[in-house]
Amino acid sequence: MRGGGAGWAFVAPALAIIGVFFFAPVAAAFALSLTDFDIYALADLRNIRFVGLGNYGELLANPLFWQAVGNTLYFVILGVPLSICASLGAALLLDSRLARFKAFFRTALFAPVVTTLVATAVIWRYLLHTRYGLIDAAMGAIGVAPIDWLGDPRWAMPAIVLFAVWKNFGYNMIIFLAGLQTIPEDLYEAARIDGASAARRLWHVTLPSLAPVILLVSLLTFAGYLQLFAEPYVMTQGGPARSTVSVLYFMYEQGFKWWNLGMASAVAFLLFALMLAVSMVQLAVARRRGVA
Amino acid sequence: MTPRPSRRAALGQLAAGSLAACSGAGGSREALRFWAMGREGEVAQALMPAFERANPGVRVEVQQLPWSAAHAKLLTAFAGGDLPDVCQIGNTWLAEFVALGALERLDGRVATSAVVAPGEDFPGIWATNIVSGRLYGIPWYVDTRLLFYRRDLLARAGWDAAPRTWAQWLSAMEAVKALVGAGGYAALLPLNEYEPLLTLALQQDDPLLRDGGGRGNFRGPGFRRALAFYEEIFRRDLAPPVSETQIGNLYDEFARGYFSFYVTGPWNLGEFRRRLPPARQAIWMTAPMPGPAGPGAGIAGGASLVVVRTSRRKDAAWRLIEYLSRPEVQGRFYALTGDLPPRRDAWNDAPLAGDIKAAAFLDQLGRAKPAPAVPEWERIATEMQSVAEQMVLGRLGLDAAVLEMDRRADRLLEKRRWMLARGAGAAP
Repeated sequence: MRGGGAGWAFVAPALAIIGVFFFAPVAAAFALSLTDFDIYALADLRNIRFVGLGNYGELLANPLFWQAVGNTLYFVILGVPLSICASLGAALLLDSRLARFKAFFRTALFAPVVTTLVATAVIWRYLLHTRYGLIDAAMGAIGVAPIDWLGDPRWAMPAIVLFAVWKNFGYNMIIFLAGLQTIPEDLYEAARIDGASAARRLWHVTLPSLAPVILLVSLLTFAGYLQLFAEPYVMTQGGPARSTVSVLYFMYEQGFKWWNLGMASAVAFLLFALMLAVSMVQLAVARRRGVA
Repeated sequence: MTPRPSRRAALGQLAAGSLAACSGAGGSREALRFWAMGREGEVAQALMPAFERANPGVRVEVQQLPWSAAHAKLLTAFAGGDLPDVCQIGNTWLAEFVALGALERLDGRVATSAVVAPGEDFPGIWATNIVSGRLYGIPWYVDTRLLFYRRDLLARAGWDAAPRTWAQWLSAMEAVKALVGAGGYAALLPLNEYEPLLTLALQQDDPLLRDGGGRGNFRGPGFRRALAFYEEIFRRDLAPPVSETQIGNLYDEFARGYFSFYVTGPWNLGEFRRRLPPARQAIWMTAPMPGPAGPGAGIAGGASLVVVRTSRRKDAAWRLIEYLSRPEVQGRFYALTGDLPPRRDAWNDAPLAGDIKAAAFLDQLGRAKPAPAVPEWERIATEMQSVAEQMVLGRLGLDAAVLEMDRRADRLLEKRRWMLARGAGAAP
């Protein structure tokens, strides 16, 4: 092919950077996941052994790993729809012609996204406190018994979901808002002339027009939520009774608490496989509906 | 400058001086880096001015680590070659850092020291600093688990003194349980804590691991006796089968009489004083752990001070450890933190000498026994407790439980067995 040499020369710097900073580390991590790299190997590299797929087998037989997978899926299944609904709801409200002070509300609702997670988590820990927290106080005012949000294994994950949704919905809201503004006004006008109510206009005009945006947002949100780590790390340290240990948190424990880097790398690849599988399913569903 | 600088220290200072000159920052004294955890880290800062006055060539930079992240941070620092000169280290972690080759041997320095006196330390605690016959740490403060109990309820149940043997403890618990009725219990042994069961197990003569620390020995008769006693307490419904997180406010429940015996550590001396109202301070007391026949052994816990092998300021580091080991400095450290001193001669002064509630600790620390010194121990103990929890919840019998514990311990120790078989010197 003519000019191929010049083309390769132009992309070479970018390829080299991707190779060095992406493919090489990934390959090294995969190689690491086939060994039993642990603290003994940290002391002396001769103490490393090749174990093939042993780490993967051990993980799949480890109930704690499956508990972490279960916790993560619980978080995702509860958190992603809530997050998308909150984002879409906020975007629709902001897009409404009745809304006043749009710039102010847009900024206010987006603010949680750009604040530091650790700082907001500390504030949320106060909000969720059983004795001094605003949330339990508000529930007490309407006669609901206080919940020990972060101390009760049944409520810790819902509390984390609540926090994560609040923290993240602003980002998707902005994407939805951009999507809403591209929907031609004449579609709504035609629908109104045909006598469609507001609910029917939402269902038959807004949502179908937003479908590609919804697909994008749900892909991003799924991928992000499957990587749950910082929220439980700051709020609960994986507790109580390991009810908020996510897959990534489990990997952190293996890698940095016990220094089983071989095992931790294997967790990373299993998580990658899980995320790939979820994304493929989403794309397949979207394709069948003719969105993507 | 330094009173009697060794050539190495002098070279180090020279290098540091030129570095400081290059960067143009800091004074002429290179900082001695000292890492300490949690509350100890805060308090250590207050102890440094006196040390710096006595050692004009040394400036100490105390870095405080949160306990929850300390272990991970130390390992990461080791991997990055960034460990400090002196470090506080939980004594259950010592074997791990010795296996890494991260710590300096201290036998020689102790032999010539005028301050550090092994004979004054509790022998069980001192032993936690020895791996394969070599000394790597000096105890900083000590910790063991024993009985906190409701003196008033026990007296009403007919017991004027705390039980001293397992049999007495069982009958005392029965008597308390009969007194408080169906709504309460006699003891609290949280299912998420391995320390109560480990304490019972250490009271036996059998070791917890066999084959040079290569396999679990939970099926041995000693551990079976301990586990059977532990199970008995739950089977007779004398303790609630719950984790600590399910108790809500532990101190309120103790004051309410929901349980009368609680196996816990020295930090609760301060907590019980602070959290129970002044008028009710007479209701609680401490006692050594009952043993199979008379007061038994306890866990040798606590934290030690270590010198990092790669440090360039080992002499100054050792002087800091010596300073922190002085009885009067330990007394001040106790006053600031409530951490119990490892030297018996530091217990002779007020306020510790007159504290009848701390006296049980002094008594039991004399019988403290170290847990197995293998890097995997913490995880083995966690697995042991998770199996014991299954047993208490009725999902496993005693025989199946000890076999399962051995199976899990053997799996965790697999690498260690391989290394022992290879004859690698690194395995402690």
